Amino acid sequence: MKDMMLKSLVTPAVTIPAPKPDDAALAELARAVNERSRQLLGHSLAIREVDAGSCNGCELEIHAINNAIYDVERFGIKFTASPKHADVLLVTGPVTENMKFALQRAYDVTPDPKWVVAVGDCACTGGVFAGSYACAGSVKDIVPVDLHIKGCPPTPLDLLRGLLALMETVSR
Amino acid sequence: MFFSTQPVSTKPWPRYIVDAATWNKCADAFAAGTHSLFGLWADSHLDNPAAGAEIHMAIYENATHKLAVATLPAPDGVFPSVARKHAPAARLERTIMDMHGLRAEGAVDTRAWLDHGKWRQAQPLAVQPAPRGDVATAVADYAFLPVDGEGLHEVPVGPIHAGIIEPGHFRFSANGEAVVRLEEKLGYVHKGIEKLFIGADIARGAKLAGRISGDSTVAYAFAYARAVEQATGTVAPPRALYLRALMAELERIANHFGDVGAICNDAAFAFMLAHTGILREETLQLCHALFGHRLMMDVIVPGGVTADIDAAGADKVRAWMAAAEKRFDKLMRIYDDAASLKDRTNNTGHVSRKLVDRFGAGGYVGRASGRAFDARKNLPYAPYDTLNFDMPVLHTGDVNARLWIRRIEIAQSFAMIAQLLDAMPAGALCAPVAATTAGEGIGVVEAFRGDVLVWLRLGADGNIARCHPRDASWFQWPLLEASIENNIIADFPLCNKSFNCSYAGHDL
Ligand code: SF4
Repeated sequence: MKDMMLKSLVTPAVTIPAPKPDDAALAELARAVNERSRQLLGHSLAIREVDAGSCNGCELEIHAINNAIYDVERFGIKFTASPKHADVLLVTGPVTENMKFALQRAYDVTPDPKWVVAVGDCACTGGVFAGSYACAGSVKDIVPVDLHIKGCPPTPLDLLRGLLALMETVSR
Repeated sequence: MFFSTQPVSTKPWPRYIVDAATWNKCADAFAAGTHSLFGLWADSHLDNPAAGAEIHMAIYENATHKLAVATLPAPDGVFPSVARKHAPAARLERTIMDMHGLRAEGAVDTRAWLDHGKWRQAQPLAVQPAPRGDVATAVADYAFLPVDGEGLHEVPVGPIHAGIIEPGHFRFSANGEAVVRLEEKLGYVHKGIEKLFIGADIARGAKLAGRISGDSTVAYAFAYARAVEQATGTVAPPRALYLRALMAELERIANHFGDVGAICNDAAFAFMLAHTGILREETLQLCHALFGHRLMMDVIVPGGVTADIDAAGADKVRAWMAAAEKRFDKLMRIYDDAASLKDRTNNTGHVSRKLVDRFGAGGYVGRASGRAFDARKNLPYAPYDTLNFDMPVLHTGDVNARLWIRRIEIAQSFAMIAQLLDAMPAGALCAPVAATTAGEGIGVVEAFRGDVLVWLRLGADGNIARCHPRDASWFQWPLLEASIENNIIADFPLCNKSFNCSYAGHDL
């Protein structure tokens, strides 16, 4: 183990260079983010992930942005255990009827200013599950959404670009 | 097995219509331990209500490795409870009630399971569902099993958990730190997939099957494709079979990499997650380079596959394999030498041989506790019937064993991939699916966490009349409850990760 750690001190990092923030995401995020919330947040964002009915594919890729290759934490973005500590809710899934109340509650206890990012086709439109008796609708039907990141699932790069756009908007 | 009549279908395993006496005999055989419950579901024949409701039970004979399906007509909406004799059937029977309104007579636990009283429609798979209001009031007040004793307290967790994981509710009854009982409540990610299947054409069915449990998208697409091919008499070309197995093993390796790191991380050994995270990422990048999708969604379709690899692709796989194998071996040596880490994983979350046998638990959960079952070996399907590989079985049944099984399986998968690449047949990728007006078929595939079963019936219009996917998790979730008993709450994440059951695959 020691030799692996030593080696990682002298070899270049595996982490990829920062991707450019997604233009479409920047445009979507152009809604007013007021000066005060910018000051409050500085250059860090705490994210609470909420699986509101996903197939778990989106979760796999959200996990991936934490790995050493994408290393989302270097941008000041970190995941937190409680919505009470979060600035951003990252929501996946077609919002099942059985998860609607939990999502609503997580949203309610997240302190202002807050942002909601809908991740994946399911969260954006209901995906292949749209219209089911067990699904309440896309995320924006339940709570206000600030940014949509499409894909089934979105790739880690898609996720990074979207989150960087959010970061840029918030801390500009 | 127990059947004196001719099977009504044989694709590829026989299905028999049985009477209540034979039905009960099957339940007795589960209780006696000669057979394992492999699935229990219903078909209300929404496409042809006159046909009446039927209950299907998949039965695996432990000694002969044979699979059969017993079908009991339930014209009056009731059937003799299997759970009354064999507890592992309980959640499946509760689900049949939730979905179809068909009642298991004599069942002890009659609480709702997937239905939390919130779906817009009650009994969504029934011909004549009970009014939503009536069912909702009955299920809304879910009663957890009572736990009494001095100094006991309850700790409710979920549905939203602390990490980036799927939602579910856990109710711990603890005495100080020690867990006396854990009771799970699931169903939060129920999306109504079985209802969406009904009336869907075969192509839409494939999309749905690939989204039952994202981490097993290849396995589900594979099992679904096999079921469709059985139902329609379609034969996928040999090259497609090899490519399917290649994808299935890549999926297994990627998931096992992730799990090994995540288990160690829950024992505060973040080093391992950092390194297996890179290994997993490189695997997914390879999958993307080969098949155009990191999780390989929608690449397996009924009739074959939609993407091919060329010689350069095969070389890429070999190069990735050589590097990953070496690095992973080194990591596992570090794991094996880390006494403080093994102190957490050894003897933690123990599951007995008796329990895995009783529940017919598949995957690493069963194999870490001595149950030698792997669908690739015991219910072999092409191309695994031609590959050379071992089925690792361990006996200590703890977190360490479930981790170590994954380690050996990764090595086995590497060996299989080498064989697949070397013997890859040339030829077509996909055969057209034969048009059929009715038919049925079963597909069983070994996903990374265990066996998945897909039962499919096509209607007179050639569309899906009923499709039932059964995840390995059904028979693993209850054992997680058992594994945490007398462990401390703080070790729950560790136990839970070592199981890594699917919420989505279970909740449907
Ligand atoms: S968008 Fe795709 S990967 Fe994400 S939850 Fe929906 S089906 Fe799964």
